[in-house]
Formats: sequence, C-alpha cells, structure tokens
Amino acid sequence: MGHVAFLIPLFPLVGFVSLLVLGRQASEPSAGWLATSAVGASFVATVTTFVLLLHEGQREITVNLFSWLSVGQFHAAAALLVDPLSITMCLFVTGISTLIHLYSIGYMHGEKDFRKFFLYLNAFVFSMLVLVLANNMVLTFVGWEGVGVCSYWLVSYYFDRDAAASAGKKAFIYNRVGDLGLMFAMFLLFTNLHTVNYLDVFARVGTLSPTVTTLVVLSLLLAAAGKSAQIPLFNWLPDAMEGPTPVSALIHAATMVTAGVYLLCRMSPVVSLSSSGRLTIAIVGGATAFVAATIATSQKDIKKVLAFSTVSQIGFMMLAVGAGAYSAAIFLMVSHAFFKALLFLGSGSVIHSLNGEQDLRKMGALQKFLPLTFPTFLIGWLAISGIPPFAGFWAKGDVLTNVYAYSKPLWVLGIVTAVLTAYYMSRLFVLTFRGNERFREVTNGHDPHESPWVMTLPLLVLAVLSVLGGALNLPWMHHNSLASFINPSFGMLPMVGESSATAQFVLAGVDFAAAVIGLLAAFTIWKSTTPWPSKFESSFLENVWRWDDAYDTLLGRPATAMAHVGADFIEPAVLDGAVRGVVGLANRGGERLRGLQSGFLRHYAVAVTAGLSVAVIYLLMRTW
Amino acid sequence: MHSFWLINALLLLPLVGVALTVSLRAHATTAYRVAVSFASAELILSAVVTALYNWHSSGVVDFAHRSVLAAPLGVAYDVGIDGISLLLVLLTSLVVLLALVGARPERATTSYAAWMLLVTTATIGSFVSRDLLEFFLFFELTLIPSYFLIAQWGGAERSRAAIKFFIYTLLGSGFLLVGLIYLGYVHVVEFGGNVTFAISALSRVTLPHATAVWVFAAFAIAFAVKSPLWPFHTWSPLAYREAPIGGSMVLSALLAKLGTYGFLRFAVFLLPTALPTMRPVVLTLAVIGIVYGSGLAAVSKDMKTLVAYSSLAQVGFIIVGVMSGSQIATTGAVLLMFNHGVITAAFFLIIGFVEKRRGTFMLADLRGLQGPAPILAGLFTVVMLASIGLPGLSGFVSEYLVLIGTFATHPWWAVVASLGVVLSAVYLLWAYQQIFHGPATAENAGVSDASVRERWLLAPLVALIVVLGVYPTMATARIEPSVHSVIAHTDAKGVNQ
Repeated sequence: MGHVAFLIPLFPLVGFVSLLVLGRQASEPSAGWLATSAVGASFVATVTTFVLLLHEGQREITVNLFSWLSVGQFHAAAALLVDPLSITMCLFVTGISTLIHLYSIGYMHGEKDFRKFFLYLNAFVFSMLVLVLANNMVLTFVGWEGVGVCSYWLVSYYFDRDAAASAGKKAFIYNRVGDLGLMFAMFLLFTNLHTVNYLDVFARVGTLSPTVTTLVVLSLLLAAAGKSAQIPLFNWLPDAMEGPTPVSALIHAATMVTAGVYLLCRMSPVVSLSSSGRLTIAIVGGATAFVAATIATSQKDIKKVLAFSTVSQIGFMMLAVGAGAYSAAIFLMVSHAFFKALLFLGSGSVIHSLNGEQDLRKMGALQKFLPLTFPTFLIGWLAISGIPPFAGFWAKGDVLTNVYAYSKPLWVLGIVTAVLTAYYMSRLFVLTFRGNERFREVTNGHDPHESPWVMTLPLLVLAVLSVLGGALNLPWMHHNSLASFINPSFGMLPMVGESSATAQFVLAGVDFAAAVIGLLAAFTIWKSTTPWPSKFESSFLENVWRWDDAYDTLLGRPATAMAHVGADFIEPAVLDGAVRGVVGLANRGGERLRGLQSGFLRHYAVAVTAGLSVAVIYLLMRTW
Repeated sequence: MHSFWLINALLLLPLVGVALTVSLRAHATTAYRVAVSFASAELILSAVVTALYNWHSSGVVDFAHRSVLAAPLGVAYDVGIDGISLLLVLLTSLVVLLALVGARPERATTSYAAWMLLVTTATIGSFVSRDLLEFFLFFELTLIPSYFLIAQWGGAERSRAAIKFFIYTLLGSGFLLVGLIYLGYVHVVEFGGNVTFAISALSRVTLPHATAVWVFAAFAIAFAVKSPLWPFHTWSPLAYREAPIGGSMVLSALLAKLGTYGFLRFAVFLLPTALPTMRPVVLTLAVIGIVYGSGLAAVSKDMKTLVAYSSLAQVGFIIVGVMSGSQIATTGAVLLMFNHGVITAAFFLIIGFVEKRRGTFMLADLRGLQGPAPILAGLFTVVMLASIGLPGLSGFVSEYLVLIGTFATHPWWAVVASLGVVLSAVYLLWAYQQIFHGPATAENAGVSDASVRERWLLAPLVALIVVLGVYPTMATARIEPSVHSVIAHTDAKGVNQ
C-alpha cells in the first residue's frame, strides 16, 4: 500500500516536470490534458489507497522515501503519513483538482501563457499533497510554502497588470508572516521534544509544560491565520481574486486556504492540551466569520463576495477546531470545498459569458441564458445558505451544535453570521440571475452564451456533491460516517458536552430559521434594483473595515520611513561618519595613512602582491 | 588520508595560469582562453578533491601536510581540508570560472583574468591553511587582486570604492595580525619550544577570560569587516555597486566567506574562553544586520546595492549560526556560506545579463521584463526563491538549520533573526515586481531572452540550488563531523552555555 500512496504526489510532480521539460512543445489543449490526466491519475491512486486503508487493520501507515535533513538530533525524512485524516484530505483535494483542471482547459482557452498556467497548477497540487501527506512538520512546511509560491505565481498570472502583481506579492508576504508561526511551533517542539515527526510529537506531548503548549498552539494559530486568511491576516485573500477564476476556486476556496485548519486538526493532540489556546482559536474563528460576513454584504464584485464568504466559512471551521470538534471542522471543510468550488466555477462561467465582467451591478436576469450554470449555482447557493437537505446545512449544523455545547456567546455569534451568510449569498444570487437585465452594455447587446462542456461538466459533478455531501456525516449516523472514520486521527478528543436529541432538533430548527431569515431579507431588499438599494450597503464594510488602511498607517509607512532613515542618514552620516572620524584622527596623527589615500596605494598594493607572491612560491618550493 | 599534493596543485595551478596569461598578453583572446582553461582545470581539480575527501573518519583533516619553513619566525606551510573548508574550496573555483566566462569585461581582459586567477589561489589558500600566520598571509593576499578588480574595471565611483574597501579591510586585518602574534607569544610562554602558529598548537592555549575577550575582539574586527558584519559593512554597498560584475561576485560570494569562516575557525575555535562575553555581542550585531540589511535592501534604488544589503542580512544568518554554539546551527551556517555564495553569484550574473541588455541596473529604469524575457525571469525566480528560503531549494535548509539550532541555545536572538524570513520576501518580491512585472515600457519591451550561453552559465548554480535543497545530506554529512569537533573542543573548555 505504501507503493500506491507514494504515487499520489508523484503523478502531479511528473506532470509538472513534463510540462517544464516540454516547454513550448506542449501546445494549447495538450498541455491542459496532460496536466488534467496527471491529477486524475493522482485521484485514482488516492481512491485505491483509501480502499486499501479501509481494509487494513492498522490506520496509521508511514511510507519512508528518503532521509531529507539529518543533522545532530534533528531528523526530517521525506516520508508520508497515511491515515484517515490525510487520506480524506487527499480525496477531496485530488478530486476537486481534477475537476478544476478540466474546467480550466475551457476557461483558459486562448490565453498567452496557457501552458504555464497548467505548469503552476500541477506544481500546486503536488505541494498541497506534500503538505497533507507529510509525516513531519518540516515536510509539511515544504508543501505549505510550495502552495504559497504557486499561489503567488497564479495570483500574479496576469503579471503585466500592476494590481495582479501587487496582489500576488501581498498574498505571499501575508503568508510568510503566518509561516513564522509554523516555524516557531517547530522550534518550540524540537527544543522541548527533540522531534518534529507528528507521531513522535504526539507520543511525547505529555511532557510539555503548559506554557510551552500554549505557545505552540498560539504559533500554530498564527500559521493558520496566514494560510487560511483569518484575523489579523485575512485581507490578502480578496486581493488574490486578481488570479484567474479557476485558481480562486481551487486554491483560494477549496484547498490551500483550508490548510491552516488542516494543520490545527493534524496537531490536535497538542491543540487539545491548551484550553486557553483553544479558546483563542475559537474567538479568532468566530470573529473572522462574523467580520468577513459583514464585509461580504457590501461587495460589488461577484468574486469578492465569494472571497469574503470563504474567509467567513473558514472562520466557522476554526470555531469548530476551537470547540474541539475536529471532525465537524473537516466535515465543513469537505462540504465547503464542494459548494464553494461550485460557486466559484459558476461565477467563472457567468464572468466568461459576460466577456470578463465581474461587477454585480452589470448582471441580472442571467437565469434564462445560462441553462446549466443557473441550476448548479442555485444548488451551491442553497447549500452555503444552510437550507436542508443540502450539504451546507448538515456541516454548519454539526459545527454550531458543537459550539453550542462549548460556548453560548460564540454560538450566538455563529447564528448571527449564519443569517448574514444566507443574506449575502441570496443577494449575490438575486443580483446575478434574477431581476432586470443590466449586462447589455458589456455584451454589446448580444445574449450571453453558456460555456463549453469541459466547463459545465465539473459544475454538474460539484452540484451533485453539494446535494449529497451531507450524507457523509448525518447526525444520526454513528458508524460508517466521516466522523467515525477520521476521529481516530485526532487522538484524545477534548470533552465536548453531548447535546440531547431534542436539543439537537431545536438547534437544527434555529439554524434553518437563520437561513430563511437571511434569505427572505435579501429577496425583499434586492427584489428591485432601480433605484439601487444603497442604504443596505456601507462603504466601511465595502472597504474591509478599513483594515488595509490601518496596516498601511500603522506598519507600512513607519517601516518604510525607518528604512529611508537608515539609507539616507544612519548609513552615510552615522556609520560612515564614525569611520571617517577615526580615519581623520589617524590622518592627523601620521602621514602614512595620508600617503595611502593620495596615490601611493597602487604602489603599495603592487609591492605587497609581488612580495606575497614571491613568498608563496618560495614557501611552496620549500615543501618539494 | 589523501596526498597533500592535490592541495599544492590547487594552489599552484592558478599561479601557473597567471604566468602563462601574462606572458601571452600580446594575444588577448588566446590569453583569456588560457586563463579560462586554467580556471576550468582548477574547478575539475576541486571537484576531484571534493569527491575524494574522506568524510567517514569523523571530522579529520584530509590532504594534510605541515612543513616548517622558517622556524624562528614560526612561518610554516601547513595545509589540509576538513568538512568546513571543503565546499568553500569548490565554491571558489566555481565562482571564479563563472566570473571569467560570464562577466568578461570590455577591455584589459588579460590583467582581469590574471587577477581573477590570483584571487583563486589566495582564497583557496586561506581556506586550506591550518596555520594562523599562513591564513593571515593568504587573507591579505586576496586584498590586492580585489582592489585592482574594483579600481580598474569598476563603475563611475570605482576609485573611491576601491580605496574605501582597501583601507577598511587593511585596518581590520591589522587587528588580526596583532592578535595572532600575541596568541603565538602566549603559546611559546606556556608550552615553550619554537614559535608556532599551527591551529592545532594554538588551540591548546587557554587564555584567561579578560585577555581572551581582547584577542577575540581583535580577530572579530578583521572578520567583521570582511564578512561584513553590522556596523562594519559600510564599504560593502559601495564596493559591490562599483565593482564590475565579476568583482562583485568574488567579493560577495567568496571574500565575504573568509570573514565568516574566520569567525568559526579562529575566533570561536581558538578563543572559547571569550565566548560568554563576546557571543551575545556578536549575535546581537548579526541580528541587527539581518533586520537593518533587509530594511535597506527594500529601499535600494539599484539591483547591486540591493544584493549588497541582502548579503548583509544573509551573512547575519551565517554569523548567528557560527556563534550559536549549536552543532545544528553551525552546520547550517557552514552550508549557508556555500549556498549564499552560489545564490549571490547567480544574482550578480543575472544582474550582468540585464545590464548588458539595458545598460543599467537601476530599478526605476526596468519594468515588465517577464514579457520579453520569460526564461531570464524564471531563472531569477529560482535564485530569488532560494534566497527567500523556499523549502526544496538550498537556501531553506541552511537558514532553517541555523534558526532551529540557535533557538535551542539562544532563543531570543533566533526569534528576532526569524523576522529576516519575512523581510527577505518583502524586498526580493518587491524587486522582482519592479524588474519583471507590470507593462513593459518601450525600451524594456525589446529586450531579448536569456541566450543559450547565459542559460548554461546559470545552469550549474541553479542545479546546485535544487540538488542541495532536495538532498542536502550530501553536504551536511561532510560538514557535520568537522563542526562537531569544533563544538566539542569549545565545549571541552567548559565555556559553552
């Protein structure tokens, strides 16, 4: 089985290397098909591994490849850890990646750098799989940084646009700040436990002092905040929408941005030990979910709404992690991957049909022009809004039930956010597909056209998954559910109060009511867009609570100013000045140095060279 | 144990090359070809030495030989290679060859080639010296060719840059000379016998703490100027900017390593009793250098100054590792000496390629080069990501080992140094954006992509970046035993921690 697991990351790597080596020989469609089949093969390998794992008695299998880094006590192997958690991640990562690769063949048609797009995409899938399958934190870091750099390349894919170039850089730098967290976590664990292998860390974690444990958990939270776009590092994600839409769907919705949540779940035996760390995670998650949802209500760009929606949904996942409900976090992650990929790809189809227009104000009434995009988007919208029986209802319900048992105030915050979620998604839906036509200007009067099959087929598959995804983990299923499969990966679970059956029904009712309230509010307010109901939008929310401005004022500008002080004052005046002072003193003291400075230097240099060369040759001769 | 003849050959070959090149100066093209062949032969020889090096017997000095030349003065020819020198010898011959082939100046090519070959002997001589006085002589000898490389082929302010470089380093090494004479004197007083500066002999001396601090400081000033370590670096941005590309490559990739190497081989190894006082001082300066260098790199107006300040930051990481007292971090630091040499040589080569096309290396004049020159952009990207410390490339391994090792012994310095990980991404990505992203202006749009020749010049450096990122054990297995013996020695003097 080890041989099969090793194929999972190998296929995309082979795809990447082939595309790199083939260079311009790989022309337009063939490069796309090559990349798609590489990821498809990886999906097949994942399913095979999954089936084998189900039939193995042992649920944790380490596949050693080679010794990567080994100095002193420090050992990090290139080795894979196949367990229910990592294989669950691999299943949806490779599955959705295959669909999005396929979709991209149609979406990226005619782009100048078509081949390079798939090159980056395969590199991304490889890195993501390394991140997920690594058996130690350093190898996870390889994938972690790898997905970051692929995200950088893909966000700044249209590199001749300044906005895209800046967005790519911003994404990478914000991620790097988060990476510090992962590094500190590794430093702390290695210093105290002398290992960075997950299983060894879990085995020895009991010897950690409470302070160190909390520091590790907070460091991991910083890492997760960077990668998963949580407060205070969440504001790179909306800018990342500068990348092509399939990238937004794959990297900035379904897979990479959930890596932070995955990391916390992977490290759950450590996370569970620190109750203050967990509370911080829950608060950060809850606050991010709420803040991002408020921002999403006022965005005018269809992709920005979806971006903030992603931030908000990941906030829910973090909230679940904080509450100790790891399986609920993974459940929401998987369902979210289905319906958010669906929504992004659907929005890509909409944008495609409108010649690249992303402004909600220039859409409307697209329902009858997009016969496949419309019904699939409808399913995605109902799923994320939390309407039963679609996947989102069950997954979000699972999270909120657990949060209710963990903390009532956070549960209230979650319910308010659920109302907002249903509201902003319904607003998006109404403005895009219903109401009056506002797009004739961008299509030059033509009717928008539906996308080719390579783009609509993935929509259909994801729509089916968004309908049925809830069946992975229905509340009354205790065997053969996602939770029962992956829970063994989390080691000891923190005590979560079990709600009674009645309480669960009441809570589900509250969830449903929240969704309906949000939905009805949006339909009432956005029924008519002439005049635009602008009093329900706020520029404060549209401008992301002025978060970017604050960072610029508090960090960006002072840091730049300090660097300029360094370059223009400290360097020439203070440091060089001090040296000049010393040299000046010496000059006054003796004529020799002045001689050096005024032309004898060359002579001196030649003399020294000649002398030393003779000396060296002489010395060498002596040894013969 | 292999024959020391290989080391003799490494030192002599470039000198023979100098003689032949100079005698052929009437035929500039032939002379240059001869120089390139000698540099190639030197590289092959270094590769043979690297392959032969016996790293299984833990940390021993291979190819060793000592003959005393002038007993009363303590002058000796004492050479040998251990895991700390090994990769630096290889780096030297590689960088010189690339500087000859890839950064050939417009005029006076014969003397350029001769100075380059002389640098090779002087630098390799410093790295293989097992005797402090011999090291000092080679160390001084590097000064002459590098002075001329800056002064003759440099930019508009070349003479100011060359003189500043010369005076700084000369004054710095004055302290080293005083320190080494004192150390030799103490050895005679303590153990009697002939005057000797052999490292093995001097390492038996145990100076009292107060004296050791003074001698350490004297050594440290020489090495701090060469490395450069903040705040002794102010010659370097000027020199790197004004030197020709080949000169900048030699200065940053090779000569800087003499400083960091000196810290480890002489300051730390010979003066462990000074460490309790000097370690926090040097660590603090190195960490300041990381943050300060990164900040100034971010506001640099031209590519060469940017690489100069980024080197200040990178060298900061090396010195942190060297001073950490941790075997893991010190191994990482020695590897970083090599990796930084490779990365910075590649940076300067690419800057040279850009300058050849655009006649400038000012950031403000460059824009959107990725459109017309995607392969050049791709090569720059690999080097940049290695410098940022992307896992899978060489820079990460060394930087990571430095940080995780130092965290165990000196956590607070490691935490501040870690900021360099974020800052390097800031200044390099910003530089990349300015050079390669955005719409290309008219004069940038017509730039040609990397030629086949240019790709082949960068190929060995890129290959080293990738191979040492994926399989670093190849290098660390050779470095670690020698580092272990240094750490064991300083620990044995009971002063580590």
